[in-house]
Amino acid sequence: MSVAPAEVDLPRSADRPVSDKPWVTIVWNDPVNLMTYVTYVFQHVFGYPKKKATKLMLDVHHKGKAVVAAGAREAMEHNVEVLHGYGLWATVQHDS
Amino acid sequence: MGHRAARQLARLRSLRARMEPFRPTRGGGVRAALAPAEASLLRSLVGQVLALIAPDGPPVAHVQPDGVSAWDALDALDAQLTAPQTPEDPVLARLLPDGYRDDPEAANEFRKYTESGLRGAKQQAAQEMLDTLPEAGGRIQLTNDQAHAWLKALNDVRLALGVRLGVTEEFEEQWSRLAADDPQWAAYEVYAWLGAVQESLVQALA
Repeated sequence: MSVAPAEVDLPRSADRPVSDKPWVTIVWNDPVNLMTYVTYVFQHVFGYPKKKATKLMLDVHHKGKAVVAAGAREAMEHNVEVLHGYGLWATVQHDS
Repeated sequence: MGHRAARQLARLRSLRARMEPFRPTRGGGVRAALAPAEASLLRSLVGQVLALIAPDGPPVAHVQPDGVSAWDALDALDAQLTAPQTPEDPVLARLLPDGYRDDPEAANEFRKYTESGLRGAKQQAAQEMLDTLPEAGGRIQLTNDQAHAWLKALNDVRLALGVRLGVTEEFEEQWSRLAADDPQWAAYEVYAWLGAVQESLVQALA
């Protein structure tokens, strides 16, 4: 992603582990999508609070990818379709 | 970027400071003001993406926001018959990416059922942007839904141009290394400007 945002406070998230769910939605880093845009899409599409959306965006940016949702395969495929509509590079993966 | 857009850039340069960035409006939605050259450039670029997404120019199915329309059923049938593969054109491959990364079979299956819908959605966003972008520029007032169409369509233009230019996360460095007479210089400037427009739209919506 591009254009560094202002510094954000990043406490270690206490998000529920997703390993007990079989399917995940992954978003991959790309050089075009703006960091602010990716954060906004996570908020808008998943209803995540800004802090969580920002953490996920930074995971994508720094680690190259992030799991942004977990659940049934159909729901993950729907997520990916929606994210592709916004131009994010997203894939479904079986988290085994 | 096509030649038409490149020609428009000369006019854009003298006017670029005139764009009034997006701001939220009191009753919801966003507003901005664009110079004529800016509006013209945006229309040209969005039109190019629209042509790329629909190479054969079929009529766009207007999918109902809720529920499954007859068009969806037809699209799904069409998708089954044509069984599209990952596009060879890297720009199209980026606009219509695989839904599975290391599973070609699942990726093909996913594409079979989703690609025409994704193309339709992108066409619709691009068309909505064109419909709400006055040719002569000037003030623009968008509802939240229209602003989302702009977000998507603008982003598709940035993705297309970004892939064509081969931009990386070190875009600024790539740009600064170009010679002033490099034929790509103008496209880099347009790419940077599009980023600023997109950024202001995100900020206005956030």
